[in-house]
Amino acid sequence: MKIKRKPNEARFATQFITYAFLIVGFLVSLFPFYLMFVSATHTSGDVVSYPPKLYFTNNLINNFHALNSDIGIGKVFFNSLFITVTYTLLTIILDSMAGYALAKFEFKGKTFLFTMILVTIMIPSQVLLIPLFKLMTSINMVNTYPAVILPSLANAFGIFLMRQNMLVFPDSLIEAARIDGLSEFPIFFRIVLPTMKPAMAALGIYMFMSQWNNFMWPLVVLRTPNMYTFPLALAGLNGMSRINYGEIMLGTTLATLPIMVIFMFFQKQFVSGILNGSVKG
Amino acid sequence: MEKNKELLKTGKSKSLISKFFPNQNTIPYYFLLPIILLFLMFMVYPIIDSFLMSFQQYKFGKYSFVGLSNYKRLVSDPTFKAALGNNFIYLLIQVPIMIILALVISELLNKSFLKCRGIFRMAFFMPAVTALVAYALVFKLLLNTNYGFINYLLALVHLPKVDWLNRPMSARASIIIAMIWRWTGYNMVILLAGLQGISGDIYEACDIDGANGIQKFFKITLPLMKPIILFCVITSTIGTLQLFDEPYILTQGGPDNATITVANYLYNTAFRFINFGYASAISYVLVVIIAVFSLIQFKFVGGGD
Repeated sequence: MKIKRKPNEARFATQFITYAFLIVGFLVSLFPFYLMFVSATHTSGDVVSYPPKLYFTNNLINNFHALNSDIGIGKVFFNSLFITVTYTLLTIILDSMAGYALAKFEFKGKTFLFTMILVTIMIPSQVLLIPLFKLMTSINMVNTYPAVILPSLANAFGIFLMRQNMLVFPDSLIEAARIDGLSEFPIFFRIVLPTMKPAMAALGIYMFMSQWNNFMWPLVVLRTPNMYTFPLALAGLNGMSRINYGEIMLGTTLATLPIMVIFMFFQKQFVSGILNGSVKG
Repeated sequence: MEKNKELLKTGKSKSLISKFFPNQNTIPYYFLLPIILLFLMFMVYPIIDSFLMSFQQYKFGKYSFVGLSNYKRLVSDPTFKAALGNNFIYLLIQVPIMIILALVISELLNKSFLKCRGIFRMAFFMPAVTALVAYALVFKLLLNTNYGFINYLLALVHLPKVDWLNRPMSARASIIIAMIWRWTGYNMVILLAGLQGISGDIYEACDIDGANGIQKFFKITLPLMKPIILFCVITSTIGTLQLFDEPYILTQGGPDNATITVANYLYNTAFRFINFGYASAISYVLVVIIAVFSLIQFKFVGGGD
């Protein structure tokens, strides 16, 4: 059987168009990052000069001082990191436990519970904004770390993701452990959980990124600048009457770089985290 | 050993302790307990509370029931209509462009001759991991009328400057451009994974039958990819209907409410005008719209997994 082959020129044309298109897309995707980094070293006047300056200059230190005196970089960084790390760790352990129960046990109310959890994916977060704020006010938790962390732990995506991954864990291993006399908590923590490291990594990275970038709920519940996370502090700078663009771009750079680095290191896990939550479902 | 003792205990008498002691039957509840509590407190309770609040009004220091009046007011609220209209403009223009673009890019990235696939994929995906605020601020700079890079490019090819963020149509276009930049790569990664799951044998069989690239795309790729495309369309639709951050940072909903979304209006109503009842009514209308749209899309495309 002869397979029809394209003539050489046609194949070259396909390759040329493919690369041209992808390279343009590559530049469009990354140029805003480049502009951000470059502008972080500019004076405000440089940023707004025309034609735009696209090379690095030497105002980085001044921008850093200006940014630090306006938002307090150390404090903002600590707030962001503390909230994000605590949230990520809690979400990994709680979602793993819930996913394990939903994947490996039969019990009363299981289908109902699982359906209810999934339905909440459709609920827009804006619906929760007001009642959650009222709730936080009534229990005196406005402007605290737990006020940001706790509500976002009620997250269907993570539970669903862990359940999908737990489904493939062999039942026979759990049975064998039971016969050996291991009780249920050790089975979970010592036998099941260690095999779930890839899934937990995927979930963790995904949740880390979404909490690091989280904007709307923290905007509502964190009221004073000393509690602000990076996105809030940056939005605050944007609203100031005297806008220093060099300073703002340094701020966005500092907020973005950690995430970019983490993403580059854990690209595979992150992507698989998204995929398990969608395609395999 | 311990477990045997336990069994003995339960056999003898069902004391309260043994009934709730972690065993094979009760253990799933223990594992689920924290999540159930969190969902009850921060999901179920707020959903009910905001539903009830949508029938109330805050007057003279307390809430009182006002029946459907919040919902009635919505029907004739020009800002709400404008916001809803904007959401649909974003939806109808941004989602199709983005999904088609993502499909094209994923198709190109799936070409067997391609080198540096990983680098391309990472670059396209990078916008999706950026903090919303950070990227919106950068776009504000890029789109600036007087010194923005995009107008600079337009000037280079002798096109007139566009007043991106200050004219109704161009402000909407700005939001759409920004969203396409941010979310195309995200959808592309999902679609690419789907494409890589299609067996090469099918395409080879088509080659034997003499099908060309376009035929292969429409007869093989598209039908096989339908569930995954549906997933992308639904999540993007929900995301667009809930859109908040881009208009909030880029245009503050302006000029003259030309870019305001329902979520922006809801936020303003609740936290600027401190009208929780009315804002809750807005949020419930949003829930219904999102539910209806998801259902229509499921039916229309014939469902998927």
